[in-house]
Amino acid sequence: MATPTNRYQLHIDWTKCDGRGLCTELLPGLLDRDKWGFPVAKTDDVNRRSDVQVPGSLLDAATDAVELCPLIALRLLPPASAS
Amino acid sequence: MTDAMWAFGRVSGIVALVLLTISVLLGILTRSGRPLPGLPRFSISLIHRNIALLASVFLVFHVGSLMLDSYAKLKVVDILIPFLGAYKPFWQGLGTVAVDLLIAIIITSLFRKRLGARLFKAIHWLTYAMWPIALVHSIGNGTNGLSGWFIAFSVVSAGAVLAAVIWRASSRFIETAHTRGVVR
Amino acid sequence: MTQLLDEGMAVTARTPQGTNRLFVAGERAHYNAHVAAYGALDLSRIGPELIAELDRSGLTGRGGAGFAVARKFGAMPTRRGRMWPASAVVIANGAEGEPRSLKDEALLRNAPHLVIDGLLAAGAAVNAARLYIYTTAASLETVKRAIGERRDAHRIHVVEAPDTFISGEASAVVNAITTGTALPTDRTQRLTTSGLKQRPTLVHNVETLAHVGLIARFGGDWFRGVGSSRDPGTRLVTVSGAVPRDRVLEVAGDTRIIDILAASGAADSHISAVLVGGYHGTWITRDHLGANLSNAGLAAYGGSPGAGILYVLDVNKCGLRFSAEVVRYLANESAQQCGPCMFGLPEMATLLERIASGDRDPAVARELRNLSETVVGRGSCHHPNGTSRFAISTLAAFAADAQAHLQGRCLRVERH
Repeated sequence: MATPTNRYQLHIDWTKCDGRGLCTELLPGLLDRDKWGFPVAKTDDVNRRSDVQVPGSLLDAATDAVELCPLIALRLLPPASAS
Repeated sequence: MTDAMWAFGRVSGIVALVLLTISVLLGILTRSGRPLPGLPRFSISLIHRNIALLASVFLVFHVGSLMLDSYAKLKVVDILIPFLGAYKPFWQGLGTVAVDLLIAIIITSLFRKRLGARLFKAIHWLTYAMWPIALVHSIGNGTNGLSGWFIAFSVVSAGAVLAAVIWRASSRFIETAHTRGVVR
Repeated sequence: MTQLLDEGMAVTARTPQGTNRLFVAGERAHYNAHVAAYGALDLSRIGPELIAELDRSGLTGRGGAGFAVARKFGAMPTRRGRMWPASAVVIANGAEGEPRSLKDEALLRNAPHLVIDGLLAAGAAVNAARLYIYTTAASLETVKRAIGERRDAHRIHVVEAPDTFISGEASAVVNAITTGTALPTDRTQRLTTSGLKQRPTLVHNVETLAHVGLIARFGGDWFRGVGSSRDPGTRLVTVSGAVPRDRVLEVAGDTRIIDILAASGAADSHISAVLVGGYHGTWITRDHLGANLSNAGLAAYGGSPGAGILYVLDVNKCGLRFSAEVVRYLANESAQQCGPCMFGLPEMATLLERIASGDRDPAVARELRNLSETVVGRGSCHHPNGTSRFAISTLAAFAADAQAHLQGRCLRVERH
């Protein structure tokens, strides 16, 4: 779990993710894709690769990603909710 | 009036079948994780879903208009319990089975976040049963079921779905399969 | 304010002196021997004030992560301020998944009552409704027997842990107790907020709880009596590899690695490097064995004491070959739930095996570094992180060997 922040966080449930890539299409500024298909957060902080910080401008796209993920592997956590 | 209902019932049935066929093909494509030129994966997923919902709307017209038609004698119970119908009970019963399966598939899809991925996936697999049953129902039950053009459509669509299913079962189906050593 | 120490009890014949603290009652200590050695623990006098004492002690977790124990206790919700407080759970984690670790088994075999004391004390401090001991088949009977020897421990549930590497991961522990499957789970909240059946859950290593059992008797200041101010108290270490026989030792905090090796009978000239912290740990090469076994002492090497596991690599053995076997083991021990771990670790193992076998392609090491970087933080547990750390440490520690391999030579006597 990441440290508290004032931004929404896109939480990736790796036990469900199968690297289908819909989220990487909807959030190209936030996520890259590794060779097996799984999302790689575009950040230098390795502690933010499972709880990706979402800037306000990308909140709608992140909501779409959560809705469309075929494996229901994404959740949007409100700011400062990470304990 | 009843002639119009009858005609509308037939047409909406055919439209629903065509849309379901397209939805099944797009569903298999979406499962592969592959995009199409100009169509990203999330678009394919959305179109698959929207076409399925549109098919459902046409199914409501199909069933509804036939209930209002005196010749078909379709009753509410015929939507839920198959093979009780007055007109061609067996072929109509197949329609009942198909629509019941579709209701389960649609509802679990709309509420999948709440029901969980496992239940959604298990029910969704019933699509592979629902579609052929719907096709056979329309051949046996439909007025034009054995007409030349409808047979032609049936052959083409069955061929397409069969090809898609064979592709589905192949080892290279998943877009990322070649990078992953392990079968998941 | 409950006094943990009576005036007369401050320093008694029972207060452990020196670094022998955990095994004062002797081998396979029966409850009577335990009470004779340490005195009985009066649980009725233990409450939330224990947390302040733990804070004074500076005790850190002995299971690998090394968190300040008081801080973890403090994260549990207090009774005040909640209408219907969720009942807390405390779990003693004795799964000991690391193959090179023997200390938890040794502790449970010889001093189970200290662990039980600590678990009961922790339960009293956080007002726990449920207490568990989670341990492997090897220790199950000895724990159950120990519980049977006393009257205050019958509410403790004993749950068997499978003999896998990740069975001791905190969320896997909770999962095992809930569903029987010892695999990590996805978490968005700390276990202290929501753990076993959504209850606040405290998971601590059995050794950590043994120290808690002592601090509950003798206090935090006593705990700080040995070790250093930055690494107080004692810890158990397991030494294996190029030593006459595998040993579990209790050492003071901040002890130098070289002194631990000497006490284990390791011959100085035969040591190539020491793996500190188990298979997720860091290599300390022979020139740096004077480093202290503590967070501060190992910080410069990117390492930490972890669960006190020291593996001594013989100078004649190839560190790359050994490490390749470790990474392959770690890849096989993946829970197979998360993509980057499931697919990344086997590829890392293959690359390291190629380096160890003398692959002449210099790109292999670079690819291993890239892969190691790719998998970090992208899983539901820290397995890929630890494996990465180990792989990177291997390439650094055995850089000379890797260089020789690239040129078709091997620096070690034992060839492959």
